[in-house]
Amino acid sequence: MKQLTKKHPLAIRWFHWLNFPLLALMIWSGVLIYWAYPRYATLPQTWWRAMHVNNRLAEGMALHFFFMWFFMINGVLYVLYTLLSGEWRELVPNRHSFREAWQTMLHDLGIRKEAPPPRKFNGAQQIAYTGVVLMGLGSLLSGLAIYKPVQFAWLTRLFLGYQGARFVHFALTVGYILFFIVHVAQVIRAGWNNFRAMVIGIEVKEVPDAE
Amino acid sequence: MPSDAERELKRLTRRGFITMAAAAGAGYAGWKWLRTRDRDGGLEWPLRKALQANESLAETYFSRARLSPSFRLSDVTRARLNGRLGLQSPIDLDAWRLKIEGAAAAASLTMDDIRALPRHEQITELRCIEGWSIIVKWSGARLADLIAKYPPPELTKFVGLETPDRGYYVGLDLESAMHPQTLLAYEMNDSPLQTLHGAPLRLAIPVKYGIKNIKRIGTLRYTNVRPADFWAERGYDWYAGH
Repeated sequence: MKQLTKKHPLAIRWFHWLNFPLLALMIWSGVLIYWAYPRYATLPQTWWRAMHVNNRLAEGMALHFFFMWFFMINGVLYVLYTLLSGEWRELVPNRHSFREAWQTMLHDLGIRKEAPPPRKFNGAQQIAYTGVVLMGLGSLLSGLAIYKPVQFAWLTRLFLGYQGARFVHFALTVGYILFFIVHVAQVIRAGWNNFRAMVIGIEVKEVPDAE
Repeated sequence: MPSDAERELKRLTRRGFITMAAAAGAGYAGWKWLRTRDRDGGLEWPLRKALQANESLAETYFSRARLSPSFRLSDVTRARLNGRLGLQSPIDLDAWRLKIEGAAAAASLTMDDIRALPRHEQITELRCIEGWSIIVKWSGARLADLIAKYPPPELTKFVGLETPDRGYYVGLDLESAMHPQTLLAYEMNDSPLQTLHGAPLRLAIPVKYGIKNIKRIGTLRYTNVRPADFWAERGYDWYAGH
């Protein structure tokens, strides 16, 4: 028999969907900044122009230093919520998560038949969703190390200097893009019921018949 | 699935997606609103206000005791030449004077007057607002020593610096101007300043982005109103502090 069951709390859904445009704006304004000194990878000028990102450094910085507050506050509230509500127990990896993540990956690649356990988040998800929050923390800290490298010189030193902090900040951004690609592919694979649950919080579940 | 559960699912789905569409619409409207505001120094005013709020926060945390890291002489990198604003007009180094305005008595200083102040050397990182950075050895006098010798009036909050032709100009908060690593530099990497690096006298201020490290200083002005700043008029942060 099919049954409606609660899956994602309202607060988590809001944090999740607010984070999407906020992170997108941070990445886009970051690209406007990166254009001025594309140190790690560059594109032909025609590509930059096609993306309309050239000569927009000042605008990129102003947007970055405006939306950073919203991005940070949303992330901090999300972490606080998961801690206070106990939701963290579902999200934080445990000692089984890494083996399970490996098995899930083999399953997703069609190598292993057995499906991951039907918990709210399997090991691979726990690692990915906790990892991306730690990446967020890394972005805040490396960002602060770039933003105030004298007042927070100790932090900049932890990133092996100003250019080290810039590299970490950039690498994490590439990480978000990779996360996004895998995440969207997995959401498409998981289907409508799973996606709808992230919007309305309710999932249709198959439960054994009472009789 | 029982039909009442199905109806409930339909109702929740409709409600959920309508809420999401409304939130997305509100977000888009907010974005459009933000990007169509009147501009203040090349930026939509809410973005300018946000930079100023960040500035106030940074000022409460700023301490003159926190220093930009020092490097070894072997860390010094090739000096990159960036920006010729204010340097295009010809300059007669012998006729050059540093004019001090806004002090109790106006003053006009020669390079000998500057060299008479205690000499300081430092090897620090100059960080360009574009993202690159170089390590430079600077030698010169502390701006704080000059300010102590030619004290500003009591209500002074800012220092404005200009090239002789006013082709480039920066504004500094007094705290950053008084930082011990803020130098009036006359030597760069153990050589006298070259013309395009700002001879005879430029600012080396590691607590700010490179844009504040003005070359060929002609005038120093004490003021209690925020001095004009070349790049802040073109969309950049006025404070630009590290």
